[in-house]
Amino acid sequence: MATTHLTAPVNHAAAQRMKNIRTRSSTVLGIIFLIIMLFPIYWMINASLQPSGNTLSASFLPLNPSFAGYEKAIADQGKNLVTSLVISLGTVVVTLAIAAPAAYALGQFKFRWISWALLAILIAQMIPGVVIANALYAAYNDLGLLNTYIGLILADATSAIPFAILIMRAFMMSIPPSIIEAARVDGAGQVRAFVSIALPIAKNAIITAALFAFLFSWSDFLFALTLTTTDEIRPVTLGIYQYLGTQVSNWSAVMATAVLSSLPAIVLLVIAQKYIAAGATGGAVK
Amino acid sequence: MTSQSLQTAGETRIRFAGPAKSQPRRPRVRFDRETTTKVLFVVPAGLFMVLYFGYPVVKNLTMSFQDFTTKTFFTGEAPWIGVQNYVTVISSNLFGPAMLNTALFTIGSILGQFVIGMALAVFFNKKFPLSGFLRAMLLLPWLLPLIVASATWRSILDQDSGILNQFLGTFGIPAVPWLTSPSVALIAVIIVNIWIGIPFNVTLLYGGLQDIPAELYEAGALDGATGWKSFWHITWPNMRPVVSVVLVLGVVYTIKVLDIILGLTNGGPANATQTIAVRSYQESFVNFQFGVGAAFSNILILISLVFAIIYLRANRRAVDE
Repeated sequence: MATTHLTAPVNHAAAQRMKNIRTRSSTVLGIIFLIIMLFPIYWMINASLQPSGNTLSASFLPLNPSFAGYEKAIADQGKNLVTSLVISLGTVVVTLAIAAPAAYALGQFKFRWISWALLAILIAQMIPGVVIANALYAAYNDLGLLNTYIGLILADATSAIPFAILIMRAFMMSIPPSIIEAARVDGAGQVRAFVSIALPIAKNAIITAALFAFLFSWSDFLFALTLTTTDEIRPVTLGIYQYLGTQVSNWSAVMATAVLSSLPAIVLLVIAQKYIAAGATGGAVK
Repeated sequence: MTSQSLQTAGETRIRFAGPAKSQPRRPRVRFDRETTTKVLFVVPAGLFMVLYFGYPVVKNLTMSFQDFTTKTFFTGEAPWIGVQNYVTVISSNLFGPAMLNTALFTIGSILGQFVIGMALAVFFNKKFPLSGFLRAMLLLPWLLPLIVASATWRSILDQDSGILNQFLGTFGIPAVPWLTSPSVALIAVIIVNIWIGIPFNVTLLYGGLQDIPAELYEAGALDGATGWKSFWHITWPNMRPVVSVVLVLGVVYTIKVLDIILGLTNGGPANATQTIAVRSYQESFVNFQFGVGAAFSNILILISLVFAIIYLRANRRAVDE
């Protein structure tokens, strides 16, 4: 193949090769950046597998992994992990039940005050959690909602509902009104049209909203800290804080709990990347 | 107290619904079933917004003018004391340092997040194998519970056996007391917060870069604008609206940060990492001076509000352009 037409194709091939080298070195560089950024997460996993003890002197690789940290973490924090799971799932249900109809209405109906409602939602997202906690503590104390699942679920929904409304509304707006109209002409009521037409179409936005509601609630620390006064109902974030508060005596157990509390985020990022990426940009800018 | 709170909540709602009341001007005056059903779709969300956002803001405002302490929960009495709580806040010797720390923490975090975030966004804007996957994985620090990040970094930053000091030690740098010395603790907290904020910055800035038409770069390349030149003359001017949104949102989200500071230092050592948000939390939930805590929160709200207005203007510009 070699000698016949030499000049042009070879130059072309050389340029192509240069381009390949450049994109490949970009990939290598990108991997290096990612390794640096994710190193703390690797270190968390590594430290969780070290033999338990109060020192941090960990080897760089967990060559002799010990699961003592996990045993202690599950013994101490197993119940708290379940509590977090119940609260997070509860937040997902409450968030979708409240936000989905609102998102549909704000996306499809021509209310005059829509821009006011959107402004209120944007501002609500900016209200510091400590403001809400401050007022809720007094109110919950009077209503007997301190140390209850429903109290924490509703408080955690504050970070999810405005976000969920915005992200689902953006999607509901893109549903052509003619589809809804057609259903209405066929005799479907408003509720029917919402449940059997809009909801299935907006499935992706609903999944994104649900995932973030779960992650927001799972990560909540402030409401867990302020709206519980006993250890009856204690989310795992508070469990970690209490591990840290007392002189840290067992790093592998702390890190094992940290790893277990990171699992939802890691798993969801891997299996539901599309939805997470959609949510990361969606709620913030528009 | 409950009835009073419900009343204030009701008032907010009327004000919230204010613009809707101008509807009678429209030809269709009758509130038929159709309209009622439509309104019912937003009622749960409206009610939630009033109870969980409207009420707390109003309650914080009233609390800040009351002597609201643990005693209030037993006696039900919270005497009005005018601006006494604000006087206590401003004259406390932690107020100045807390304001300064809030400013340093916010500016430091945002500067770091933004510069690194922008660099990574520009880097990932080039198409190369795995770029989408790597960029998605970059989101991980942002998705982890903040308290998990705090715990992890506490082990990394530990003075005696933390991996960071071990690493620096190989270059002959003596162990830095990251979280135990008042002179470096704030820097350590800022570094951790930068790490957490980078993914958010990369994501939004990358979105902005994607919206710049490729023809601009092609035209620029013909005029000799490549590399840094193309960044300053093409990328930066086109990114300005997105950049202002990212920066203002960054401020609003950073001044209220609490989890990271509580997890890493609890406001210490020697109050070196006290911020307004931490003060508010500690006055209310450690000292049980809810009135003073509310006064601190209101200062926080006031600062957020200023930036919220800037945000709304910047955002409108970003959408318009």
